Amino acid sequence: MTKVLMQGNEAIAEGAIRAGVRFFAGYPITPATEIAERMASRLPEVDGTFIQMEDEIASVTTCVGASLAGVKAMTASSGPGISLKQENIGMAAMHECPLVVVDVMRVGPATGMATLPAQQDIQQARWGSHGDRGVIALCPSSVAECYDLTIKAVNLSEKYRLPVMLLTDAEVGHMREAIAIPERVEVVERRRPDVPPGDPSFQPYAAKPDGVPPMADFGAGYLWHAEASTHNVRSDLASTDHKSADFLHRRLIDKVEKHVREMTFYSTRRLDDAEVAVVSYGVSARGSAGAVELARAQGLKAGLLNLNTIWPFPAHLIEDLAGRVRAILVAELNAGQLVREVRLAANGRVPVHHVGRFDGLILTPTEVLARLREVL
Amino acid sequence: MPVHVLHANELKEKYVLTRNLPTIWCAGCGIGTVLGAAVRAIDGLGLDKKDVVFTIGIGCSGYSSRYVNFDAAHTTHGRALTTATGLKLANPKLTVITLTGDGDCVGIGGNHFIHAARRNIDVTAILFNNSIYGMTGGQYSPATPTGALSTTSPYGMVEGTIDPCELARAAGATYIARSTTYHVQLLRQLIAKAITHKGFSLVEAIAQCPNQFGRLNKIGAAPEMMRQYKREAVRVDSLDAEVPPGKIKIGELYKADRPEYTKMYAKVREEAKRRAAARGQ
Repeated sequence: MTKVLMQGNEAIAEGAIRAGVRFFAGYPITPATEIAERMASRLPEVDGTFIQMEDEIASVTTCVGASLAGVKAMTASSGPGISLKQENIGMAAMHECPLVVVDVMRVGPATGMATLPAQQDIQQARWGSHGDRGVIALCPSSVAECYDLTIKAVNLSEKYRLPVMLLTDAEVGHMREAIAIPERVEVVERRRPDVPPGDPSFQPYAAKPDGVPPMADFGAGYLWHAEASTHNVRSDLASTDHKSADFLHRRLIDKVEKHVREMTFYSTRRLDDAEVAVVSYGVSARGSAGAVELARAQGLKAGLLNLNTIWPFPAHLIEDLAGRVRAILVAELNAGQLVREVRLAANGRVPVHHVGRFDGLILTPTEVLARLREVL
Repeated sequence: MPVHVLHANELKEKYVLTRNLPTIWCAGCGIGTVLGAAVRAIDGLGLDKKDVVFTIGIGCSGYSSRYVNFDAAHTTHGRALTTATGLKLANPKLTVITLTGDGDCVGIGGNHFIHAARRNIDVTAILFNNSIYGMTGGQYSPATPTGALSTTSPYGMVEGTIDPCELARAAGATYIARSTTYHVQLLRQLIAKAITHKGFSLVEAIAQCPNQFGRLNKIGAAPEMMRQYKREAVRVDSLDAEVPPGKIKIGELYKADRPEYTKMYAKVREEAKRRAAARGQ
């Protein structure tokens, strides 16, 4: 196991390549650009392709094309660019096209504060494109997690055939830490059809019991249509076919929601005997970890739940926590986005409080501790 | 070039997804004629179906590949060319054809059209230019002639009109051709040449929309619109040819020899690998 000093954004690029990503299309934007720069130099070394597109929309749709041809693809941006990509993230979801979209979050709305961290795209990641669908979004709080969760994001996108978001922020994206590069990692390949090309039984959108249809590469001879409009299992339009519409739209939700536990990644700190829990993620989990240590030194039994999976929201973790602690404090860099999900999951069994800021600064341990004292 | 022509029924058997018929297009629409010319061009070139992929966007043009039996991506409005770019980059062996309309290609997708041409990526864009947004009921497009009537220009369209062929040349396309649904044999030949050309190619197919453009502008039904194409088209085979006002230049309008993008990127890979090896990786 080698240890290397690496930036968060660079670790995302390296993790993606390790997971088999061989295509990246992007557009320059602070604070995500280092991912594109790393890919521009690294991908051609491994017979991959990097292309800088004319805009954010082109970046994500070009990745869809590459993925349809059977190549693992990734794009990266920040809030403004993600807003532009949203329609086509929805298209990739409807095509059931594997793809990873990285959002290195910065302060918004609009141009906001381009160089500074925020966690204000949490609900955008869930609901940013129109329509209902299952969404997977992972969130790293360290450079090592950037590497590891990018691999997991690629794997999940391939396994479940959908765009997966990696939600990081300007702070984690730009920090440098020494990380251990594992010698072995699990790499998942998308399931290809189990019938040969030309087999009349092949239906491009007929799912296996896990809700995921096998996917043929364009050019492999299966002659299928990746369809952005609502369609039946043969990919024919279901313009007025309400039964097929209901079947498809539900499957796009269920293939994620029914596998929430498998998609749940998290870590804890001093949570076993905690009387109060801080629930946090990303850069805010770092300040929250410091707050837990300060609280313990002062005799307050605090613990931390650091969520690496934001979507599908791991409500089961909160349901479990709600029966064990006196209060929950959600720490995040926004005006209250993930706290809504925590409150829903806690369902009134325990008070759920919020500490947040959205001025470009990060939450410090003393700040989180002060709020913890305040709510108890 | 020699073209082997299949009988219509054989063509239908080989290429048409009959389960999706009838098409959504209005009686007299020109899009089917252009799609037919494209399929005949592909057949005449002897290409294997599995090596040809289509991308489509939104609008009347955005239904075209749903009726033919190829790998095809139905994408969002204006994004057929960028999806095509990804397909070609990921698998340069594929013959990638984008079927697009005037609104899709030079309206909402105009930026992508410019940059696909600039990169000279080996994708063929077949542009059904019917001068109107037909699917949504007849609104003016960037290719609507100034002064023409549409549901959103009830007093006459007062904006300028894009010439997609001129735009493509300015942006760097290396094969540009134009024909009409009246000149359908020429159209088929031009599409075949565009497909075999290595680089970004555009075939603009002037296609009638009798139900919206023809009706609103009182030109008449499809036969009358095609008679107009017959009257107005001039075979010039040069984008710079001088023609009288109101005439349409058709033929092979522009050709240039410039390195194709995937070939250039293959050199980038070689250089990247050479440098990595030199670093001792």
